[in-house]
Amino acid sequence: MLEIRWHGRAGQGAVTGAKGLADVVSTTGKQVQAFAFYGSAKRGAAMTAYNRVDETPIMNHEKYMEPDYVFVIDPALVYTTDVTINAKENTVFIITTHMNTAELVASQPRLEGKEVYTVDCIKIAQETIGRPIPNTPMLGAFMKISKMYDIEFFKESMHRILGKLPPKIVDANMLAIQRAYDEVK
Amino acid sequence: MAFDKMELGDIEVWDGNFAAAQALRQSQVDVVAAYPITPSTPIVEGYAKFLADGYVEGEFVMVESEHAAMSGCIGASAAGGRVATATSSQGFALMVETLYQASGMRLPIVLNVVNRALAAPLNVNGDHSDMYLGRDSGWIQFDAYSPQEAYDLNFIAFRVSEDHDVRLPAMVHQDGFMTSHTAQGVKTMSDDTAYGFVGDFKPMNDMLDFEHPVTHGVQTEEDWHFEHKARQHNDLMTKVFPKVQAAFDDFEKLTGRKYNIVESYDMDDADVTVLCMGTSVETAREVAKEMRAKGIKAGVIGIRVFRPFPFEQLKAALKGVKAIATLDRSSPNGTPGALFNEIAGALYNTDDRALLSGYIYGLGGRDLTKAQLVDLYTELQANVDAGKVTTQLQQFIGVRGPKLAFL
Repeated sequence: MLEIRWHGRAGQGAVTGAKGLADVVSTTGKQVQAFAFYGSAKRGAAMTAYNRVDETPIMNHEKYMEPDYVFVIDPALVYTTDVTINAKENTVFIITTHMNTAELVASQPRLEGKEVYTVDCIKIAQETIGRPIPNTPMLGAFMKISKMYDIEFFKESMHRILGKLPPKIVDANMLAIQRAYDEVK
Repeated sequence: MAFDKMELGDIEVWDGNFAAAQALRQSQVDVVAAYPITPSTPIVEGYAKFLADGYVEGEFVMVESEHAAMSGCIGASAAGGRVATATSSQGFALMVETLYQASGMRLPIVLNVVNRALAAPLNVNGDHSDMYLGRDSGWIQFDAYSPQEAYDLNFIAFRVSEDHDVRLPAMVHQDGFMTSHTAQGVKTMSDDTAYGFVGDFKPMNDMLDFEHPVTHGVQTEEDWHFEHKARQHNDLMTKVFPKVQAAFDDFEKLTGRKYNIVESYDMDDADVTVLCMGTSVETAREVAKEMRAKGIKAGVIGIRVFRPFPFEQLKAALKGVKAIATLDRSSPNGTPGALFNEIAGALYNTDDRALLSGYIYGLGGRDLTKAQLVDLYTELQANVDAGKVTTQLQQFIGVRGPKLAFL
């Protein structure tokens, strides 16, 4: 079982990102689950979304998770929420920030000793898609770190999933995924 | 028919709401009268979009409340069409008066209930308060534990509900957010296969058949009211289960997916069992397997059809079990809990009455964790070892503050 927790703000596309990832993974014959914590949260409120991936049907519906990966798609959440909660020894963190990894860890002692990678998904999204929607670049970064799928296969799959959007937006998302893949450290 | 077919993958990643919306499209529902409420909104929104995009031939009626939504469904169903809608929680509560009208008028409406807590305090998350509120309303109640089942059970609901020997409305329940907003792989049917299973709508006593005028929604006082209610109850008690079983059998032949009125998992030699509904059934199945690895013979019973209540099926399924925990996801407000009471009733006149204890859990979407279920099975095994219930009969799982236990 592979488990992922997303930290984002309502409106940044964490749920869409989690469902998009589930969609790609499902086409490769694996079982998937994507869900989120909802409340009466308004745009901008901190929220979490989740992925589970397994070879066999996923019957676990508990919301509690000790994630293998934590994605943070809004830079401020590292300071305003505990992104390390319920983490395991070997949990991998991929965090959106303008800082490099050493600077980030120095600014948030909770991340010390953890496996942390950084990438500026907000900046990449603004420069490619034209809006600060950091979900697809985070998935590009995840492909690099996890080596889950070949990046070309992943982009082809995302191209199909985003197919209903205007072609310009789809192309911009492909660029964003590739840039995050190249830039994550 | 003047609508487009939709190409679906063999497996689509859908949440429970979208799965239900697709089922309404594939069943070619004629009329949906709806008023949106979280978390069920995407079901009727989905139908409306399919309609606007030309994938279904029907009518979407926007109304001013859930009371009006079910009233619209009643009118359309009496007129003679395939009718469905969806609601949750407060909307369901507002519908209650009309629910009794629909079942008493023997109108085969399918209502998707995305289970959610009832205020106060206001809460949009999933528990079974609304499902329990509907249990005396004369409807058939199916319970889905996953998006796949929310999809499948809609087709089965139309098939059973519209059968001329049944003619009773049916609810398809799924857990708010835990199923409705959780995306998982759903094995689909093609449009033709799905519609073929449900079949064309066959009207009965339809108001728009002007050659054969009928009256709907009549008044009966002490002269006939009791007979009408008794006949409705008789049909729920005697006619529904055979039709449900036949629909389950046909559905298995068509899709390979098997449903049972009472679902039994790891029950062949089980000493201890958890009995529950909704997503908790699946989580408990995982934990039961883990308990077996630790040497505790654990099983799970899931109720698939909550109304009519599967009294005989549960008696059979629970035979030989030594300790049972009933899990009620609704505040019983002054009684042990619906499942506890129903199971006690089912087992009281049997020879091997198991040790029975009741648990209240998960209100307002509170998580039911695997760790809590491990503790629960361990407690049941302690009851078996002691030969008696070692705790109070009613306990609460996962609530903060001092331990609550009664009876």
